[in-house]
Amino acid sequence: MELQIALLLGQDGITNGAIYALLALALVLVFAVTRVIFIPQGEFVAFGALTLASLQAGKLPGTVWLLLCLGAAIAVLESLRAARERCFRQIPLILLINCAAPLLLAGVLVAFSPATLPLPVQVLLALMLVVPLGPMIYRLAYQPVADLTVLALLIVSVAVHVTLVGIGLLFFGAEGSRTPAFTDASFEIGDTVLQGQTILVLVASALLIVALYLFFERTIYGKALRATAMNRTGARLMGISGTLAGQLSFTLAAAIGALSGILISPLTTIYYDSGFLIGLKGFVGAIIGGLASYPVAAAGAVLVGLLESYSSFWASAFKEVIVFTLIIPVLLWRSLKTRHVEAE
Amino acid sequence: MSNRPPVVLTLYLSVFLVALAVAPLILPEFYITLLNYIGLYAIVALGLVMLTGVGGLTSFGQAAFVGLGAYASAYLTTVHGISPWLTLPAGLLITALVAVTLGLVTLRLSGHFLPLGTIAWGMSFYYLFGNLEALGGHTGIAGIPSLQLFDLELKSGREYFYLIWVVLLAAVFATRNLLDSREGRAVRALKGGSVMAEAMGVNTPRAKIVAFTIAALFASTSGWLYAHLQRFVNPTPFSLAQGIEYLFMAVVGGVSHVWGAILGAGLITILKQWLQDWLPRLLGQSGNFEMIVFGLLMIFVLHRARDGVWPMIQRFLPRRTVRAPTGGAASLPRRPLPVAGSVVLEVQNASKRFGGLVANDKVSFDVKAGEVMALIGPNGAGKSTMFNGISGVDPLSAGAVVFRGANVESLSAREIARRGMSRTFQHVRLLPAMTVIENVAIGAHLRGHKGVIAAACRADRAEEARLLHEAARQIERCGLGEQMYEAAGSLPLGKQRIVEIARALAADPCLLLLDEPAAGLRYLEKQSLGELLRRLRAEGMAILLVEHDMDFVMGLADRVVVMEFGHKLAAGLPEEIQRNPAVVEAYLGGVE
Repeated sequence: MELQIALLLGQDGITNGAIYALLALALVLVFAVTRVIFIPQGEFVAFGALTLASLQAGKLPGTVWLLLCLGAAIAVLESLRAARERCFRQIPLILLINCAAPLLLAGVLVAFSPATLPLPVQVLLALMLVVPLGPMIYRLAYQPVADLTVLALLIVSVAVHVTLVGIGLLFFGAEGSRTPAFTDASFEIGDTVLQGQTILVLVASALLIVALYLFFERTIYGKALRATAMNRTGARLMGISGTLAGQLSFTLAAAIGALSGILISPLTTIYYDSGFLIGLKGFVGAIIGGLASYPVAAAGAVLVGLLESYSSFWASAFKEVIVFTLIIPVLLWRSLKTRHVEAE
Repeated sequence: MSNRPPVVLTLYLSVFLVALAVAPLILPEFYITLLNYIGLYAIVALGLVMLTGVGGLTSFGQAAFVGLGAYASAYLTTVHGISPWLTLPAGLLITALVAVTLGLVTLRLSGHFLPLGTIAWGMSFYYLFGNLEALGGHTGIAGIPSLQLFDLELKSGREYFYLIWVVLLAAVFATRNLLDSREGRAVRALKGGSVMAEAMGVNTPRAKIVAFTIAALFASTSGWLYAHLQRFVNPTPFSLAQGIEYLFMAVVGGVSHVWGAILGAGLITILKQWLQDWLPRLLGQSGNFEMIVFGLLMIFVLHRARDGVWPMIQRFLPRRTVRAPTGGAASLPRRPLPVAGSVVLEVQNASKRFGGLVANDKVSFDVKAGEVMALIGPNGAGKSTMFNGISGVDPLSAGAVVFRGANVESLSAREIARRGMSRTFQHVRLLPAMTVIENVAIGAHLRGHKGVIAAACRADRAEEARLLHEAARQIERCGLGEQMYEAAGSLPLGKQRIVEIARALAADPCLLLLDEPAAGLRYLEKQSLGELLRRLRAEGMAILLVEHDMDFVMGLADRVVVMEFGHKLAAGLPEEIQRNPAVVEAYLGGVE
């Protein structure tokens, strides 16, 4: 392998690795706070990318319908609950948040043609469509069964994943989309060309990681999430609502997923089901970190990106096999170094 | 034997079998094909019942095991011309190797790493077999020979029908037999947590691997049948998506019930057929939209009917319960007890640290055969920690434990149990859905030797009768004879503690560790517990007791050790302890 190719592959691997790292962080966060192994993480990647692509193509993204449906379902459930508890005053607010807000967003999309808007506005609209799906899905699928075992929650996750992939096919069709690059800039360093988009992905990932760090270290909500991750009951006794913590962590995970999708959609074609593979690679990273350590998970994810990139050169047909088989030595290594103590 | 199922059950089963037997004679081809697929899927789902519903583990990679069985036979028959009857064991062997490897790699980790590992395995398999030229890549392998049964060549779906369903029913009965046996109880104990199972001598890593491997072997068998029915294989039906569908079948049908597997496979297969007809028409485009419905259905089931559909049917059927043999079973051989008065257990300078907290600090004492030693102290004194250290549940940080003349402080809980130490838990660890007798029989795990295969084909009945007989004897002895066939979880907490004692006794120990056995008992119950312990002492058993009820302790114990804040505060005869000023101060607070 020439040095030039090696550098090119390395650049590719680090770019993908940065995305996997973001996803790995979100997976660790969700697992630590809610014990949910968040298999549908990848669907947020696909939804983010495809929603942006739809907006740019001047189509009404299907995620609008999903947002409206989930909002209506939550509105019905929450209103029934409020009525049962005789707190009728809550109902207007419930309807406002879950029905009126999505309708307003849909109205905006129909009124202005998003294809003509500047890119940052399009990105913002895509995020506004996709990110609320995170807490909504938590409310509908996970919150009623938040006390189940990790295993049962994992099965719920797989069910949510399967549903979302089907919905993705319904809304976005079987053909993939690729959005135009955010920037056409490129830099020549020696013999290699460094793409502007690549730098953008790296910078955005780094900024996100720093933002997450500050969120967890400096803000009261971030600390509440950390407290919940450490000890659920203890946090609850201190007045931190498990439901709030769950919804917050799902919001973050959805935002990270959607942003990752938006960042990579100029680099690779995204299909309705692409998210799963991307999310799973984040998973391999997260597992390297034992679903517990943020830095190790991020480093593991970058390793996965590099491994994938170089194996696509040496044995392109088997790159997925190589990436997923990596999990075996990783699990073996983890299993040798942990002394398993059963959780009560 | 008294374990006959109720007549009604036998009747329903016969009707079902007759219906199956005549089905191919009257049904049109379409339905035969459907039933064949239901049968193939049910074999896989049955494995998941064993793994998920019973063992509390799960796998999304079962489709890949189906693929392994199918491809092994496809490759060996087409390329090497080997008879399909020989490729079946070959496929099973390869599957077992993969399953054991995956199991070994993940089983020391928390339970969710196995399913994550199986997702990765499912993905790898799909891409590997889709890209291997020798296996036809994504086009697959065609021209697989059909099966030949003596002179009969199984060519049509109608002929395969009987083979598939005979294999399925054999698997159902083998699974049911297995669950109702010593090894089966070990697998069922996994769901209650490995701490208890290990303390009863169950090798939990092995039990996990056994459950996982059996599930994989069922899947592989289904794959072998599939390959010779279709006479063509490609990677598509062995994808992760199909693996997820298998799990859905098991969960929807009822993941804790063998018949739930067949029911779930039937429901999902028929629903899929129907949805694949209707949804594309309804939505105006083609695609696997049935997955949306399946996903939502799954979420609904997990929210509202966690046990699946089978329990709803089972409600109308009489229950089958495991009963102890009425007389006739020979009793199990007993371990020779040490001579009364000889030292059975010696704890030397035992320390246990949790980070900076010293829960036990250089505590020493001994227990002799034929005596009741009480370990008392205020809450948080480190008594339960000491128990965990002695029994190997949570080993000591420093110090020695000498049990019957040998150091055991570095041995596993399982090995210590094998040497004749048995214990109860302060927080009761029973399997609430199992009957009292089955719970107690787990205690006798180490006194039986018959394995999985013997259990599956009922070659273990004599030993099983002896184990159940022993369990029943211990239950009677502890005064719970009337509750023997009730679900353990339905008993009041005090009685559940007694079940724990019976379970510990079923192990035939020479040292019994009892962690607060009298908590939650009423006065008369305490008296009979005291009676029981006195009888055991008279037989030569050594008993180490943690208890807060001072009347109970002082009336029973021969010697007492008092602990406070991890230290040994005092030791001696009950009368001495009651007069010891330091002890009085620890319990009642000092006089200022």
